[in-house]
Amino acid sequence: MSIKIFVPQDSAALALGADVVAENVLIEAKRRGIDVTLVRNGSRGMLWLEPLVEVQTADGRMAYGPVGPEDIAGLFEANFHLGGAHTLGLGLTEEIDYLKRQERLTFARVGITDPLSLADYLALSGFQGLHKALTMAPTEIVQEVTESGLRGRGGAAFPTGIKWKTVLGTAAAQKYVVCNADEGDSGTFADRMIMEGDPFVLIEGMTIAAVAVGATQGYIYVRSEYPQAISVLNKAIDIARQGGYLGSDILGSGKAFELEVRKAAGSYVCGEETAMLESIEGKRGIVRSKPPLPAISGLFGKPTVINNVISLASVPIILDRGAAFYKDYGMGRSRGTLPFQLAGNIRQGGLIEKAFGVTLRELMVDYGGGSASGRPIKAVQVGGPLGTYLPESQWDTPLDYEAYMAMGAVVGHGGIVVHDDTADLAKLARYAMKFCAIESCGKCTPCRIGATRGVEVMDKIIANQDRPAQIELLRDLCDTMLNGSMCAMGGMTPYPVLSALEHFSQDFAQAVHEETVAGEHHV
Amino acid sequence: MNPAFIHQQVAKIIEQHRLRPGALLPVLHGIQDELGFIPSESVIQISLALNLSRAEVHGVITFYHHFHTTPPARHSIQVCRAEACQSMGGENLAEHVAQRIDERAAGLYDVHPVYCLGLCANAPALMIDEVLHARVTPEKFDRLINALGAHS
Repeated sequence: MSIKIFVPQDSAALALGADVVAENVLIEAKRRGIDVTLVRNGSRGMLWLEPLVEVQTADGRMAYGPVGPEDIAGLFEANFHLGGAHTLGLGLTEEIDYLKRQERLTFARVGITDPLSLADYLALSGFQGLHKALTMAPTEIVQEVTESGLRGRGGAAFPTGIKWKTVLGTAAAQKYVVCNADEGDSGTFADRMIMEGDPFVLIEGMTIAAVAVGATQGYIYVRSEYPQAISVLNKAIDIARQGGYLGSDILGSGKAFELEVRKAAGSYVCGEETAMLESIEGKRGIVRSKPPLPAISGLFGKPTVINNVISLASVPIILDRGAAFYKDYGMGRSRGTLPFQLAGNIRQGGLIEKAFGVTLRELMVDYGGGSASGRPIKAVQVGGPLGTYLPESQWDTPLDYEAYMAMGAVVGHGGIVVHDDTADLAKLARYAMKFCAIESCGKCTPCRIGATRGVEVMDKIIANQDRPAQIELLRDLCDTMLNGSMCAMGGMTPYPVLSALEHFSQDFAQAVHEETVAGEHHV
Repeated sequence: MNPAFIHQQVAKIIEQHRLRPGALLPVLHGIQDELGFIPSESVIQISLALNLSRAEVHGVITFYHHFHTTPPARHSIQVCRAEACQSMGGENLAEHVAQRIDERAAGLYDVHPVYCLGLCANAPALMIDEVLHARVTPEKFDRLINALGAHS
């Protein structure tokens, strides 16, 4: 009987040589006359173990990792294809603590299936949510999503059901569903892992959204930095269309939905929903003023559902298992799970899907195993480049939208970037301003000019030129950007800057302090 | 590149996408994928075909970091400069790349910053041509470049 061996083709695995590993598995198996079926799965999300090679045995899938191309001969020598012991052996994949302690709802299939196998998808409850949705009235679908408590996973945390209700209630000859897959935040890769590892779940979620609101055309706006995701999605869309899950008559329901991937072009601000619409329309990615809401006048002026990849990919399980099942996870008004992405200076980085309420310390210590450098962790940025830097005193607050908001932080898209004690928070604050200056769309003054002035002020602070007055100026500038910008780009850049100043003031005052000690400081 | 050839290629790509709503980005991607860059002389051709002004087409090309109007070097190197990579020595790597490439003949490599390749748990990362590389040390980078040099 043929032995199934899994070598991921997730970008993280590819970037660590998974293609050569896969090639060597085939060459070595052939040389030894062993009948092997190679499956290119998604990643299990234990990214420090990539490439993580798995073998199907009678007891379940056995994991080996991280596997380099040079390890393959030794692995076959140790009969790994029969589950044999090897120094890279990790035991049964499902029993690995990191994975076992997660609550995988949205990522239920990622890493398990061949992303482009419709049979694999169907075997693990695939398209059950769509089948159910097609038996329901549009208002019932919207009601189910509303009751589940699902909120926008892109970062804004707006209730998904309410957004859908507005689009459903707006009469128009043409409506759209747009998936925001412009995952530009540093420290985030959950969208990419869904698109590369389980593209059908996104297609199913978008189709359910379309059926619910009466849209017939959908777009997935994917960043150009994700060529693998674009390639997998395009193939998956073709397969879904051939299977009758997309097209002019979805599963014989008489309802139509077409889906197209649109490739972005390297602009961070196009992750802002209205700039994204401009970009899909073929224009510069300039933020629109709201109102009108995109739900009423969105893409090409038509009512448009805009949701993040993870929001849409969470819809199928909500429809399949019911709102109550999903709502049962989480805390307070943050219901369900969030795929946290543990990144940066961390020993065991990866994707951890957990119910809301877990703390940063649990994620970084219990899962992450501390910093990669072995040095003490100093600051953690949660929620992307526009998220705050959290000092140790805040690591025990449960990850919940409201609890984070109460301390001036954001959960955002669940990206967690860890910095050890060598990090200079003044430099990182300068970087936040610099990034905003590079990526600002230029429409509003606080963001366009404010960010450039912010870099200048930070340079003066770092060079210790008239520091107390410059810090005051920085606070003033942040106040203007925070309250006067049109979107989150300029409006949230102050978050990392002010939190760095607030919690790590020693990094801004080092030279001042030294001078005071030397008796040379004049205010 | 021969102007007639450029004109013909651009016309072919425009024809493929002309009827798509919001066709400009797909057209520009198509041209850059085919020719390696977007020649300035194609702006007028695109604007006429899509019924846009030259200013609009020029504005879009220059707004997006991804589009280039000059012929690319033989290899492109995109070094991630975002926070997660910074936390793992990304700035040192970027300096090393700049130094190392400086020593080499111009026209062979384009080095660009990129803000996140989505490999944040295996930082620092960079992309050489269309191939991603994670956990890149200066030594690993030198090996990659040497391997590239072997058949370029």
